[in-house]
Amino acid sequence: MSNDNTTPRPGELPEDERRVGPGPIDEDAAGSGRDERVYDDGEMGDRILGDDPVRGGAAPSGPLRTAEAADGDFAVEETDAHGRGEGVGQAKEVEGLSQSQIVWRRFIRHRGAIFGLVTLTLVALLSILAMGLGPIPGLWPFQDYMRPNNVVNGGSPTLQIPGIGGATSFAIGEHPFGQDDIGRDSFALVMKGVQTSLFVMFCLSFIALVIGVTIGSLAGYFRGRLDQILMRFTDLVITLPVIVLGAVLGKLVGILPIRFNATPEQTLAITNNMPLLLSIALGCILWTGLARLVRSEFMSLREREFVDAARVAGASNWRIITKHMLPNAVGVIIVNTTLLMSSAVTLEAALSFLNFGILPPNISLGWLISVNQGAFATRPWLFWWPGVFIILLALSVNFIGDGLRDAFDPRMRKIPSARKMAKAAAQLEPAGGATAGSGATAAGASRTTEEETK
Amino acid sequence: MSTAAGASGDGQGKRGSAFDGSIKLSRATGGEVKKGDVILEVRDLSVNFWVGDEWFVAAEHINYDLRAGEVLAIVGESGSGKTQSSMSLLGLLPANGRTTGSAKLKGTELVGMPQSKMREVRGNEISVIFQEPMTALNPVYTVGFQIVETLRTHFLMAPSAAKERALELMRLVEIPDPEDSFNKFPHQLSGGQRQRIMIAQALACDPKLLIADEPTTALDVTVQAEILKLMRELRERVNAGIILITHDMGVVADMADRIIVMKDGRVVEHGTADQIFNRPEHPYTRQLLASVPHLGTEVEATEGRPATLIEREDQPVPLRDGDSSITPALLLEDVEITYPKQGRRPAFTAARHINLRLDPGEVVGLVGESGSGKTTIGRAAVALLPVSGGKLSVAGRDITHAKGKDLHPFRKEVGIVFQDPGSSLNPRLPVGESIGEPIYLHEQLKGQELSRRVEALLDSVQLPRAMRNRYPHELSGGQRQRIGIARALALNPRLLIADEPTSALDVSVQATVLDLFRRLQAERGFACLFISHDLAVVEQVSSQVAVMHLGSLVEVGPTEDIVHRPQHPYTQRLLSAVPVPDPAEQKKRRELRDAIIEQEHIVS
Repeated sequence: MSNDNTTPRPGELPEDERRVGPGPIDEDAAGSGRDERVYDDGEMGDRILGDDPVRGGAAPSGPLRTAEAADGDFAVEETDAHGRGEGVGQAKEVEGLSQSQIVWRRFIRHRGAIFGLVTLTLVALLSILAMGLGPIPGLWPFQDYMRPNNVVNGGSPTLQIPGIGGATSFAIGEHPFGQDDIGRDSFALVMKGVQTSLFVMFCLSFIALVIGVTIGSLAGYFRGRLDQILMRFTDLVITLPVIVLGAVLGKLVGILPIRFNATPEQTLAITNNMPLLLSIALGCILWTGLARLVRSEFMSLREREFVDAARVAGASNWRIITKHMLPNAVGVIIVNTTLLMSSAVTLEAALSFLNFGILPPNISLGWLISVNQGAFATRPWLFWWPGVFIILLALSVNFIGDGLRDAFDPRMRKIPSARKMAKAAAQLEPAGGATAGSGATAAGASRTTEEETK
Repeated sequence: MSTAAGASGDGQGKRGSAFDGSIKLSRATGGEVKKGDVILEVRDLSVNFWVGDEWFVAAEHINYDLRAGEVLAIVGESGSGKTQSSMSLLGLLPANGRTTGSAKLKGTELVGMPQSKMREVRGNEISVIFQEPMTALNPVYTVGFQIVETLRTHFLMAPSAAKERALELMRLVEIPDPEDSFNKFPHQLSGGQRQRIMIAQALACDPKLLIADEPTTALDVTVQAEILKLMRELRERVNAGIILITHDMGVVADMADRIIVMKDGRVVEHGTADQIFNRPEHPYTRQLLASVPHLGTEVEATEGRPATLIEREDQPVPLRDGDSSITPALLLEDVEITYPKQGRRPAFTAARHINLRLDPGEVVGLVGESGSGKTTIGRAAVALLPVSGGKLSVAGRDITHAKGKDLHPFRKEVGIVFQDPGSSLNPRLPVGESIGEPIYLHEQLKGQELSRRVEALLDSVQLPRAMRNRYPHELSGGQRQRIGIARALALNPRLLIADEPTSALDVSVQATVLDLFRRLQAERGFACLFISHDLAVVEQVSSQVAVMHLGSLVEVGPTEDIVHRPQHPYTQRLLSAVPVPDPAEQKKRRELRDAIIEQEHIVS
């Protein structure tokens, strides 16, 4: 069922029936400019205009609610429920909410995604607070991360956590992540590397997003010849090996200024902006997956009737693409961009590890691992900390992407655990059973009489 | 229909022969049943779903008995719990569903039965015919394999014996050329044949109980009549009880012995077909019956020669004479519409030699089976499809070769209401914006003025103004279709194309939407091409009817002539296939239909 998330709001089908009966609409009210129309029926007006107990504040709880449910208030919920009862109760989950609110609700119920979001935020905060952002200095005493310092504690980490390595108390010390062989503060380096990774991650995915969405949507919407040209171009880009291309670009950055006799200032500007250049280069070849997905999404969207409806209304191609189709493809786009972000982190680290990517004066986590790999046996912490942060970043972004995918997929519904359901059933049986049963019957009876009096 | 080819009695004689010597793997729940034995006892059955943080009641306190050889129809609107209560018998509820109460199949309790035992019951003792045979059959296996699979799950039998039995079943359900069809994939069969395969699969193990969940909803009316005929014959042959779940009162009148009417998860009325149709007691049942369109009652039969134009001897239906001083709202002259070649798929002509005229303020119904090209014509009339031959003009404006920008002024003249209100509204836009879009695009109205227009439109389709901020998924089907109508009428078009506007709606909602439509048509006086497969609906709204068959018009004429004195054999067949919600009359119609088909066979 592709359109499950468009199940109607509960409790409103009856209105349609009710119109059959007495209570013609007060035609004079049409011109009076009042926002709420008057229906002879009375009941209809307040039902639709939000006095719904489910929506409004005064929702009775427990068995009473269920009794009300039996009163037919939710009875329309499974409109699209065929066969296996998919879509049952979905309408209730989504009533009165916009699409983005529904997605957000589903997202915050995804434990992994929330874990990822919190971790990512904490890591970003830690690195920005410690090392500052751009020209703003951070709070960590060793702002000049390339300067060697006096060796403290033989270069070992001064971070002490009770229970690990025989430490008894918690202490951060002067160099919590230790120092490298010439005495540079490892914490400062790692935090700077985290910043670079985050920067590359966002820049790269933004560029890939723009290119991928543009090409994908044009190809999917117009099809035909344009589609052929754009997709063959995409195929061509897919054939470029990312590592080799990254390596070539990395080397070019070093060689080109010499070839073209650049001034030292220009050379410096190029080396300082290495992360930006690298993310542009990588973004220009990593958009292919996104373009293909957006294209297929657009191809199915353009067959939907609301696109035809917009065309009949006289909307231009530009308006149809931006106003009608892109908002409907946003799920695919967001999800895949997030997943691209996590692969960007590892790709950047891999390139830098191979000394092709970001090199000093910029610090990258991959480069840190690379320069310290000789110290693996003697000073493993120099190796471990950058690795831990690469994993943290990639994993948390991946979890967020996963959560977003589930949130955007209308078919994904959280099924309550058997234990929770059994508990609720038990609650319903002794306490509610009598009340709910009689309540339902009473409500049903009153409804019947009400219908009969009409 | 191709499926009507002989072989009707062949399967009967040999039935059961393939079972000789094969051992049943699945245990039976009880002994043999004779006709008239109670096979299913349902007592106080309730189905709940755990949604959010509470139990939502899908169906409750359902009681009924089903005897062998009897057809019990469960009717009700979508969401009344009719499907869920029946699926709960098989334990086929989603994970958040819960069944309480009792349902005994020949004395064996089904509610709370462990999965392993339930598997022996499914397909063996109880089987299901699903609504949509295309999705219920696995597209990657041949239909023969799927029947054999069911057989070999429950019987210890050699593949050759299973195949023999499968062929026998396929003969039983009148599949033409079973040996050939055995190796076909579902997509190679027509909709009716697929449904026959589903039925054959369901009958494979001689089930005691057959649940037919809207078995004919996805089928055309002529195919539906054939499937119903088949099911009626089968019920004489097999000693199974049939639960027929449907919302179509015509189907119910055709098949059912007893009827349960459900509303909001509760049984509101339970009785024999005669009681329910002729002496309904509950107001809801009465309302339901009253809202069912009844073919042949809307227009009076008048004496005189029928004034219909029909297709004969390769001569297409000519254009109806009209007053030449009036510019027709829609004029199709020898129109041909071709879907261009795509890749290896050859070009396909969906409609040819169409001559049709709509005068201003006139409602013309366009009926035909799915695939007959009626929607194609509707879409061409709003310039969503190019016309490949002939001349198409709307309100005097020739749009045959118009493209892109030239069409902009034309867009004001037409509106279209789509079939599926769920898909025709942008799910990401509040409905008010959807309604206002044509106004914004053509009159550049914004802000206050635009919202005044939108409010006026909402008033005219009888929806509260506050609804303009709702999203489509928050509205019911009927409300969404009202929004669709409001959008189509936003620019006061001279021509409205209504493409099956009520086929996705429940019958009582359909009645109110049709009422609204007729009122708006009278008020605003637009011409309308009303496309539908439901003759009873078309009869209600239109003054002229055009019948389409395989891409060409076969008969055009005033509604009363088409309904009461159809001339073309196809129109006659189509009319006789429409089930009417009255058991006695339906019986008469059925016999008439059989006679027509008989006659056609003799002629050919």
